[in-house]
Order: sequence, then C-alpha cells, then structure tokens
Amino acid sequence: MSAVLAPNGKPAKERKRRRLKPWQLMPYVFVAPFFILFLTFGLFPLLFSAYASFFRWELTAGLGNMKWEGLGNYAFVLQVNDLPWSRFFSGEFWSELYARDFWRAMYNTFWLGIVSGLPQHLIAVPLAFFIHTKFRRARNPVIAMYFLPYITNTVAITLVFSSLFSRDFGVINQVLTGLGHLELFGIHPLAWLFPAQNVDWGRPEYTRPIVSFIVWWRFVGWNTVLYLSALQTIPKDLYEAATIDGAGLLQQFRYITVPLLRPMMLLAVTLTIIGNLQLFEEPFILTGGSGGVGQVAETVAMQMYKVGLNDGDFGTASAVAWLMFMVIAALTWLNNRTLGRKD
Amino acid sequence: MSATQLIAQAVTTPAARTNQKSRQAKLLRALKPSEWLPYAIVMLGALIMLAPFYFMFVFATHTNTEILSVPPPLWFGSALVDNFRELVALRPHFWHSVGLSLWIAAAATALNLFLCSLGGYAFAMYEFRGRDKLFAGLMATMLLPAFVGMIPFVLLMKEIDWLNSTRALIVPGACSAFGVFLMRQYISSAVPRELVEAARMDGCGEFGIYWRIVVPLIGPAMGTLGLVSFIGSYNNFVGALLVMSQQEMFTAPLVLRSLQGTGQTQWGAISAGSAITVLPLVVIFILYSRRLIEGLSAGAVKG
Repeated sequence: MSAVLAPNGKPAKERKRRRLKPWQLMPYVFVAPFFILFLTFGLFPLLFSAYASFFRWELTAGLGNMKWEGLGNYAFVLQVNDLPWSRFFSGEFWSELYARDFWRAMYNTFWLGIVSGLPQHLIAVPLAFFIHTKFRRARNPVIAMYFLPYITNTVAITLVFSSLFSRDFGVINQVLTGLGHLELFGIHPLAWLFPAQNVDWGRPEYTRPIVSFIVWWRFVGWNTVLYLSALQTIPKDLYEAATIDGAGLLQQFRYITVPLLRPMMLLAVTLTIIGNLQLFEEPFILTGGSGGVGQVAETVAMQMYKVGLNDGDFGTASAVAWLMFMVIAALTWLNNRTLGRKD
Repeated sequence: MSATQLIAQAVTTPAARTNQKSRQAKLLRALKPSEWLPYAIVMLGALIMLAPFYFMFVFATHTNTEILSVPPPLWFGSALVDNFRELVALRPHFWHSVGLSLWIAAAATALNLFLCSLGGYAFAMYEFRGRDKLFAGLMATMLLPAFVGMIPFVLLMKEIDWLNSTRALIVPGACSAFGVFLMRQYISSAVPRELVEAARMDGCGEFGIYWRIVVPLIGPAMGTLGLVSFIGSYNNFVGALLVMSQQEMFTAPLVLRSLQGTGQTQWGAISAGSAITVLPLVVIFILYSRRLIEGLSAGAVKG
C-alpha cells in the first residue's frame, strides 16, 4: 500500500490526486488478516514443501544442509524402475507394486476413499429426498441425529468404535451372533446371514472395512444436510406440475431432483474427494498410528507423517505430499469435468 | 374454526363420509411394507448414528471388568467416579488438557468472530480494486489440501519457537475462509448500505461503522460462526499432534490417544475421558443444532 500513498515530499497537487479516502484504503486493512494468515501458515508451507521435495534433507542437518536431489525423491518414492513391466498383465506385477510403500498407501487411500465415500452419496441423496418429502414434525430431530457424528471428536469416537468392534466383548459381535442365534418356531431364520461365532475384527482383512465404516458414519449426515439444503431451493411447482402430469415419486426423483441437485453433487463430491484423499485421523487412531497388520490401512497422509516426522526425512515426505497434491488436483478436475458439465 | 367452516362441514355430510372412508384406506395403506419400510430404515439408520454415543456414556459408568464381560453392559452403571479417578491416575494432566482444549477453542473462536466479520464486512460493503479477485482467491483456498504443507508447517513453528505453545493452535486458524465467506453473505443481506453511508456522512470512521453499526446487526451470523469455529478448533487433533510434544501441553484428544494400547487397555477410563471430551459438543449441539446445520449448509448453497 505504501506505493499508493504519496510521501510528504511530493507536490501538493499530485498528493491530492493520489491520496486515498479512508473508505478506499480501509477495506484492504480489513481483509488483510485473512490473507496474511493464509500466506504465512497456509500457502508458504504448501509451496515450501514443493521446493523441499527436490532436496535431500534430514531432520538433524538443519536448513543449511539441503542437498539438491532433482527428481531423486520422486523416483525414490515411486520406485518404478525395477518393476517387472513385462508381466504387466499378470498378478505378479500388481502384487510387486503393492509391496512398494507409496503404491500400497495410494491403493489403501483409494480403497478407503471409495468404500467410505461412494455409499455416503448413494445414501445421502435418497435419504435427503425422503426426509424432504415425507417428514414434517420429526424433520429436524431426524436430521440432527444423522448430523451429530459430523461434529464429534474423531479421536474419542474412534476409540469407542474400537471397543465396540472388539472380538470377545464387543457390542457389535454380540448383536451379530445374537441375530444369528435368533430362534423363531424352532428354526434359525437369520443363521445364513449372521455369524455363529464372534468375528475377530482385529484381523487385517477387516481393518479397511472398519475404517471405511467409521468414515461413512461420520460424513453421511453431513452430505445429507448438504443435499437437503439444495433440495429446499428446488421450486415446489415443478413437483406439482409433474404430479399433474402423472409422474410418480420415483420419476420425480429421477427427472427433477437428480438433475437439479447436480451443482450440489459437484460440491459435495469435491469435498469428499479432497477430504478422503487426505484421510488421516480415523485410520491413525484405529490402528494406533501403525497402519495395522501389513499396513493395510496406512493412507498416504499417514505415510507422509511417518516418513517426515518419525523418520525425519523431509525431502521424501515432501515428495509424497506433492504426489498426493497432484492426485487430488487431477481428481478434482476430473470430477469438475464430469459432474460439473453444463448441458 | 370459523362459523362458515362449521356450516360447510354440517352441510356436506356425504363428503365427510368419503373422508372417513379415505381415512380407512389410509390406515390400510400404512400397513403395506412399501409405506412403513422407508421410515423404519431411516429410524434404524438414526439409531446406528446414535449408538456409539450411547455406549460411550454407558461404558463411562462401568468398570473395566464389567465392560469386558459377556454380554457387555447395556445400561448405566455406577463406576463413573472410579473411572475418572483411574483416568487421573493414568494421566495426571487430564483435566488440565480439557481446560487447555476449551481455552484454545474459545480464543480461536473470539479471533475468528472478530477477523472474519471484519473481512466479510469489507467484502460486502466496499468497492475496492481487486475485490472480486481477492474474494475468488479466498474461496479457492478452501479447496487447498492443507495436509500437503504439513511438514513445512511444523518447521515454521519450530523456527518461530511456537512448538508446545497454545499460539500454534490459535493463530494459524484465527481467520477462516469459510468464516469470511459466511459473514460476507450475511452482511450483504442483513445490513442496509444506506445505513453505512449515513454513518459515514455523520463522521463515523470506517472501523467505527463496523463496530457500532455492523456488529450489532449480525448477531445470528456471529452465533453460527462461533459454533463452527469452536467445534472445529476443539476437535483439532492433527494440529495438536504436530505441534504439541510435551505432556503438559497435550490437548484432550492427544491425551485420549495416548491412553490407547498401553498394556491392558483401560476401557472404563478411556470411555470416561471420551465422554467428557465429547460432552461439551453434545451440549452445544442439543442447544443449537438447527442454527448450526442451517448455517453450515447455507454457506454451501449460496456458494
């Protein structure tokens, strides 16, 4: 701003022309806190990690001892040189790929992101439509019940979940085996669906489903609220006209609700993509920070944390961070192209 | 009911009879699965949403042996005080940590209310060069993945010597983009421009206009933003994990996390700690859930 304000030595005429009125200057002062804080604590770390990803840099060495590494960190993270490329179409290539840390973390992140994210939207859209059309008095309490998980403390609630999922005393096993042993007229009608024995949820094949379930549980209500608020902006006479034309509820949903919800779907799915690809808290707490047996639930964000702050290898961790950034950016762009298309 | 309506009802007895018939039909229809099943599914889902909270509070009142028994307790017990005693024995700083969490959240909320409303006021009420570009930039920052800058963030905190201090958790989040956006939307709809101009004519300074005219008019938006900021800051686990390494500076989520997996897991103490950590949030939510939900989604719709 100092360039715009005329210094005192200038001729009076020019000074008069250049001096800003308070209402021209003050808005910059008023919006400055946000931009100063964002540049310092948001953008600077982000860009600095891009810079740092080209250097070899250990925790103990300090800022002065950064060694230029070029794309070395990226090559070290990706490890694509000695993959059996010739056997690309056989399982061997993919299991070899899965054995590399970064690719496994990427696979886990996508697994968790899709299995927790897709059901969020597949359930939230019809649920919001149903609440919007059918509920009157009970509307707000129902929404509140679904929304409550979103505002809770992840650490506290994930710890509760890990006790609920316990093998011997967990409530979930009690409910499942209870339903399996349910006896009606001398037969067990649900025995084929529910387990007879307690399920050992600690086994690695269950880790990812449990994490996905917790993430789904936390965010399905949030998405429902987003869709509900968009539904309220759809004019009622559209539905009335459709009713007069003989369209049923399902047809109204298909031909009025879904197309008009598209902008909100774009936003909600974008938020889910950005959030799920940075997934950290739920798997971190549930697996005690380790990623579980065989690192089946170690996400990219967890790996970045481990490499950077536990192992102290900042260069490699920054490369992981920027690979993650590029994936997020690419997916957000792709999502924008598909859901955000105008026709 | 007015007289004309009464007369109308008395005269049209055939219509009333069909009305009764249709009520019967309605009742029959309500018994069909396609009618009640969706409601049942929605209610079952709501129960799944609430169940973890219920068991958290139930387990908080039971001893470890009771929780580990089969079947697990389904109703409240009497070991709440013992659980807290055990929790404090395991982690002497626990209550201090809860206080620290509350203090950090309160300070971050106060700063957010002030700085976001000030910024939102500027974006809503002033014409200045680059305003729209700056606002678009502000909106875009909401989509930036914060995790990518995590490691340089820690280094920065180390350089300016903010590690293990509450500043590190208060200042970086002191003015959220969402807050500025929310305030801009609200101020541009709730504060008449003429009022601002009139105050300026009368010689009120620019900050004076904000403080004396705008702030008293934006109570509802302040309430919503206050709730959002408080909850966000109170729940901040990753930030605390990055900057707090000394036990005395642990926030409540960090203490809870440290209880996990140390020898035999003390489920009673963990549940009690979780319950007391979540309790402020549940209380806030019961009191203000509507305003919170509406505020959060209003931002999304208008954006």
